[in-house]
Amino acid sequence: MKPRHKRLILVLVALALLGLGATFVLKAFRSNLVFFYTPTEVFAGQVPQGQAFRIGGMVLEDSLQRNEDGVTVRFAVTDTMENVPVQYTGILPDLFQEGKGVVAQGRMDKQGIFVADQVLAKHDENYMPPEAAEALERARKIKMEAE
Amino acid sequence: MATFFFLVAAILTVWGLYIGFFVAPTDFQQGESYRIIFIHVPAAWMSMLIYLVMSFWAAIGLIMNTRLSSMMAHALAPTGALMTFVALWTGAFWGRPTWGAWWVWDARLTSELILLFLYIGYMALRASIEDPRRGDRASAILALVGVVNVPIIYFSVQWWNTLHQGASVSLTKSPTMATSMLTGMLVMALAFWMYSIAVSLMRVRRIIRDREGNATWLSESSGVQ
Repeated sequence: MKPRHKRLILVLVALALLGLGATFVLKAFRSNLVFFYTPTEVFAGQVPQGQAFRIGGMVLEDSLQRNEDGVTVRFAVTDTMENVPVQYTGILPDLFQEGKGVVAQGRMDKQGIFVADQVLAKHDENYMPPEAAEALERARKIKMEAE
Repeated sequence: MATFFFLVAAILTVWGLYIGFFVAPTDFQQGESYRIIFIHVPAAWMSMLIYLVMSFWAAIGLIMNTRLSSMMAHALAPTGALMTFVALWTGAFWGRPTWGAWWVWDARLTSELILLFLYIGYMALRASIEDPRRGDRASAILALVGVVNVPIIYFSVQWWNTLHQGASVSLTKSPTMATSMLTGMLVMALAFWMYSIAVSLMRVRRIIRDREGNATWLSESSGVQ
């Protein structure tokens, strides 16, 4: 075997071991790599107890309410299985909308309301002009009425 | 040769930006701020691709003990670092109005930041070792160790819940964006390719001249003293 063949095998074996190691590390740190928890995970008790965490999902349709003070909002975050009520005082990002993705950071209070100190809008991977979005919305409504 | 690639890059950039700013429609949710993708996505793609190409040349240099492949790897590193920086920077500018935060520690953003550190570490290690051949070998090992990060960046949005959205364009499914937006983005990606090839060729020429300046083959072939 020539030296360069040896080196080739050495590099390949090292890369394979490294990949394997990385896989195990990532699996072990899985929960730490999650940016947010879903409402289902919240109800299943898979979230860190007594400390701040993030929940993510869709803003439930028709759930957004503004308090009289004008800066406190209440809405529900849903993953279509479970809903978590959220309360937030502050300015919402421009893309915050009912039926769109959201990530909120905060902690659960005793009444089971998630008190957020930061709300981020989560954008999806769909990019289209407003006319196309309107056409899709119309088609969706026609389909719903037909049902 | 580099001049040719620079020319193509310039033409494609003008064309791509024209599509990006004048032809592509406004996005239904984000308004005009989505137009950052014409820079952001090509830069992010290049940052990962250049790392793969760089590690490939570094590995060839390590295995075959060839000097030129190591030099090619070194020539690619600064461009890769630049692309990573541009991707992070434009992403922050987009994130502030869209998400409501300049920076979040989600898996996609963090792994891309690690990529920037890998590039910087690679260049620093290479520069800190006096003997060029030893520097080649040491930095090649660093580059190869860092290669595990590239699939992590790419798949992070699928493997974990991240704030960063999933891929709009991938090899396995049809793109989820309007055609003219996609065209603009792909033209810009091609422009970034051409630019990267052009600067890397120029840089590798400099490196060859610096390191092999005394070699007879160089002075015979190009007339460089």
